[in-house]
Amino acid sequence: MTEARDPSRLEPELRRPDAGKAVSDVKNWFVREVLPLEAMLMHYLQQTWRNRSDLEDIRQDIYAQLLSAAERGIPTQTKAFVMRTARNLLIDRIRHEQIVPIDPVPDLDALAVAAEPDSNVVARDILRKLHGALDRLPPRCREAIILRRVEGLSRREIATRMGISEKTVAEHITNGMRALAGLIFGETGRGA
Amino acid sequence: MSEAQFPLAAAQSAREIEAEAADLLERRDFGDMDEAALEAWLARSPAHRAAYWRLEAAWEYTRRLPALQTQASEAVAVNAPRNLFLLLKIAAVFVIVAALGAAGMFYVTAPRERTYATAIGGHELVSFADGTKIELNTNTVLRARMTTAERVVWLDRGEAYFEVKHDPTHPFIVIVGDHRITDLGTKFVVRRQLGRTKVALLEGSAEFSVANVRSRRQSALLMPGDVAIGTANSIAVTREPEQQLFRALSWRKGLLVFKHTTLADAVAEFNRYNGEKLVLADAATGALTIGGTFSVHHLDDFTKLVQLVLGLHVKADGNEILISR
Repeated sequence: MTEARDPSRLEPELRRPDAGKAVSDVKNWFVREVLPLEAMLMHYLQQTWRNRSDLEDIRQDIYAQLLSAAERGIPTQTKAFVMRTARNLLIDRIRHEQIVPIDPVPDLDALAVAAEPDSNVVARDILRKLHGALDRLPPRCREAIILRRVEGLSRREIATRMGISEKTVAEHITNGMRALAGLIFGETGRGA
Repeated sequence: MSEAQFPLAAAQSAREIEAEAADLLERRDFGDMDEAALEAWLARSPAHRAAYWRLEAAWEYTRRLPALQTQASEAVAVNAPRNLFLLLKIAAVFVIVAALGAAGMFYVTAPRERTYATAIGGHELVSFADGTKIELNTNTVLRARMTTAERVVWLDRGEAYFEVKHDPTHPFIVIVGDHRITDLGTKFVVRRQLGRTKVALLEGSAEFSVANVRSRRQSALLMPGDVAIGTANSIAVTREPEQQLFRALSWRKGLLVFKHTTLADAVAEFNRYNGEKLVLADAATGALTIGGTFSVHHLDDFTKLVQLVLGLHVKADGNEILISR
């Protein structure tokens, strides 16, 4: 537990040579390489952190650090970089909060973060999850999302079709967006 | 849905930020979001960007729901034969057109619309004033209306590779029958086959939609590595490894690259480029697999390899070359 370090000072060789990336590159990297690792990341956090209600805040801190780092240069080995950032952040938190975690920050090796998953497999996995995720949404929320995404109706049209206010439509959609992100990426969705 | 007030980032929990992000995304999706306000919100902190991009990415995936749910759309299927007939008619017209232009590329000037075509085995690169480049593969007919007001291309037959110069005020649209690809600054390849359109995206992003009069509109947002196949009333999106995508583009260098490719597929590919046709004796021969890089026109190299490596018999007969066991 002595190697807690600022991940932004991570080994320079882990960075791609073209530093100072455009926002779109950072976003592309985050969406295509980091988010597919969320399920693994959340699994790691759940194993390590006792208080489940902190997990979303911890995830947010990790993502914020990853983006800050990527804005200076896109990391090459994304998985190793994500897991190291997570581990360092947990160690900092433990120090800061003077608490003892369930398992004192398991080594990354112990989590079998072996080969990078084939992007093909990850994408197929996400599509499969999307299918299942929709079924796990509350019926009205699912209905609003299908009317929007499959039928392409406007907010007003959805409100009329479902016999609810436009404000309620907006609530169904925003709840659905949040639940879907959890179900698709993190498997932590609470069904809105 | 009034203007949101944002408290200081430091005081915000992940849930609060996510709730704001969802609100912004919802408004943007329904088209009542001020882009500048969104930019300002995103600029507040990396945590804001992460929250918004995460929701947006998940929401983008739901664009594939129409493709996943095509089985559920019942009535539209009856359109298929009608579309097929139309395609056959169009194909017949272009057989005549291609015969006229068999020497290579030709164009017909219509008001602001130009037609570009290649014969079998042809390969042409067209550059436009806006910096956009289009490469026509064998046996391809393409019309382009590239003006200061609009950028529209019709792929009437064949296959073309597009490198589009992005211009947010003038989207670049490729129309392939009932299918439409709206580019958002990209490199992609489109192939028109009987009754279907195949789009493979290499860079950037593009929206692929089916919009025939009778079926309801369906669309999918394509990301690099996505391969979309649109039929009369559905879109299916899969992913292919980058290497495979680039292999499929080897025609740009006049090459065909095979890797564990069945003879049936390899022969079909060669036959797109040559007047002299390869013919397989039976399905079992077609099921054998082969790998290698070949010039599209050098059938000899291919038939020699087939003889040597697979021990098959090759016999030329007029305009056909028969491959048998």
